[in-house]
Amino acid sequence: MKGGMHRSLKFVSALFAAFFLSLAPARAQLTIEIVGGAGAPLPIAIVPFEGEVRYPVSVSGIVGADLARSGLFKLVDAEGVTPRPFRAEEVQSATWRARGADTVVVGTTRPLADGRVEVRYALVDAVKQGTLDSQVFTVTPAQLRVTGHKIADAIYEKLTGDPGVFSTRIAYITKQGARYQLLVADADGNEPQTIVTSNEPLLSPRWAPDGTRIAYVSFESKKPVVYVQNLANGTRAAVANFRGSNSSPAWSPDGRKLAVTLSKDGGSQLFLINADGTDAKRVMTSSSIDTEAYYMPDGRSLLFTSDRGGTPQIYQLNLGSGAVERITFDGSYNVSPRPFPDGKGFAFVRRDGGRFQIATQDFATRQVQVLTSGPLDESPSIAPNGKLILYANEVGGRGTLAATSSDGRIKQRLSASATDVREPAWGPYAKP
Amino acid sequence: MHKLIIAAIMAIALAACSSSPTTAPVEDKSAAVATPDTSGASTSGTSTSGVSGSTTGAQSPLKDPRNILSKRNVYFEYDSFVISEQYKPIVEAHAKYLVANRSAKVTLQGNTDERGSREYNIALGQKRADAVKRMLTLMGVQEIQIETVSFGKEKPRREGHDEASWAENRRVDILYAGE
Repeated sequence: MKGGMHRSLKFVSALFAAFFLSLAPARAQLTIEIVGGAGAPLPIAIVPFEGEVRYPVSVSGIVGADLARSGLFKLVDAEGVTPRPFRAEEVQSATWRARGADTVVVGTTRPLADGRVEVRYALVDAVKQGTLDSQVFTVTPAQLRVTGHKIADAIYEKLTGDPGVFSTRIAYITKQGARYQLLVADADGNEPQTIVTSNEPLLSPRWAPDGTRIAYVSFESKKPVVYVQNLANGTRAAVANFRGSNSSPAWSPDGRKLAVTLSKDGGSQLFLINADGTDAKRVMTSSSIDTEAYYMPDGRSLLFTSDRGGTPQIYQLNLGSGAVERITFDGSYNVSPRPFPDGKGFAFVRRDGGRFQIATQDFATRQVQVLTSGPLDESPSIAPNGKLILYANEVGGRGTLAATSSDGRIKQRLSASATDVREPAWGPYAKP
Repeated sequence: MHKLIIAAIMAIALAACSSSPTTAPVEDKSAAVATPDTSGASTSGTSTSGVSGSTTGAQSPLKDPRNILSKRNVYFEYDSFVISEQYKPIVEAHAKYLVANRSAKVTLQGNTDERGSREYNIALGQKRADAVKRMLTLMGVQEIQIETVSFGKEKPRREGHDEASWAENRRVDILYAGE
């Protein structure tokens, strides 16, 4: 009987998916500005690419905006240099050193007979001379924006040693009046697309590790239910729709399972289910709240929030042995753990007095570093390179997004006009 | 024989269950919005009208403002899951009604104030709803008559950022199937 009900709900959900979950352009575009930068940003000159004025998207403009927004680079004026260099061998080091640039980016765009574009770029060392990186992309005009992000990723990696995240995507939820939307956009806020619209709350979007699906919680049936939606075609399934509340989805690193919080057997308890919703297995039995599970990158343990010690604190559950260890001790409210990709620490939300702040903790030293000042910071999401943390806060009574570097030095503000924005989720690296 | 009775109750309960998601929470302001109503996703026919009819008639004590059964809100202190003395008579009255009307079903919707993690607040609201459920079952209501769910801090009745709004939002609502 229960199975039948579950199936019929799934069927109706699928109908609705077909009805209104189509990808639609969204008006609420995020804009990102730096509100605090690195002490010594790297001076870089980005010369407009040869032939790029032909296209609506300026590849060099995207590269420059990406690097500047990271807070780690300072753009050096590239205007008025003649002749303007487009290839590595045309770069006169002395000219750029005189302008204070350590590196110079040059490139060309060339239309091909089949309508595609050949984009070449080179990163030139103006101090030691010589080419640090060069790449060729053959793309459609519609892919020029992505190509700019890929070039920015390559430059960022060459000069900082860490992979760039400019070509990744983010998901977030907006609320306008009683209308909730789940959107997916480029990491710079461009190209926002609505993937779910509902007149009941949506929360906890979580990217599958391969970036093809997003799990989230929807209240559309007047209670929390966990859905998994395919981003390519918009179809979805209710993967946890048991009696009671179903919430807090978190993907296993292999994308095959989800950790979820279910109240079907009483209380809020942690379960693992297959990504298609089958085979719910309780991972632990407690008489307290256990929720907000997140897989560690090795898939062997979960971080989660529990009030078993009297106040909400973060614990680690070893999935092999079943052993549970408390890992936060400082303060009376530590929640929402998110492990860093290298597994060496985690970001979380702590309450200090009445202020909710984003902090990190190192597993080995247990040292806590508070990154933000609050007062209502929540829902941290770590970039796949571990260098930035996106989170939600409130400015002037309205929800907005913000980002901080993991060392707390660089701060970004992401805002959308006239819309409440919340629940950010940073997607994985784009597949090559 | 006993098994047959249980099976029959299960069948009625599950049939009724399919209609429970359509109940409109009292603080729901979304009904008037002309967007596609996603809550319709779980509407599955009207075959349960015989079950819910007994609780929604014109003379229903549940709707009579002079009857304690029309009171549906149980409020909680900050960070508390204890039903205070003030609200025990309300829960007791609903327990008696549910014991007398075995086909009646309720959804207990837990809510929290806006402070703290969204997901943790879902669990807090759930704990409040479970506290009301525990009192009902201790008084003889069958588990199958009760579903506890949580809205966390997602559906505040009052949007303010002050203690009066927070107090109003720390609440469990009692909804009968078919309402």
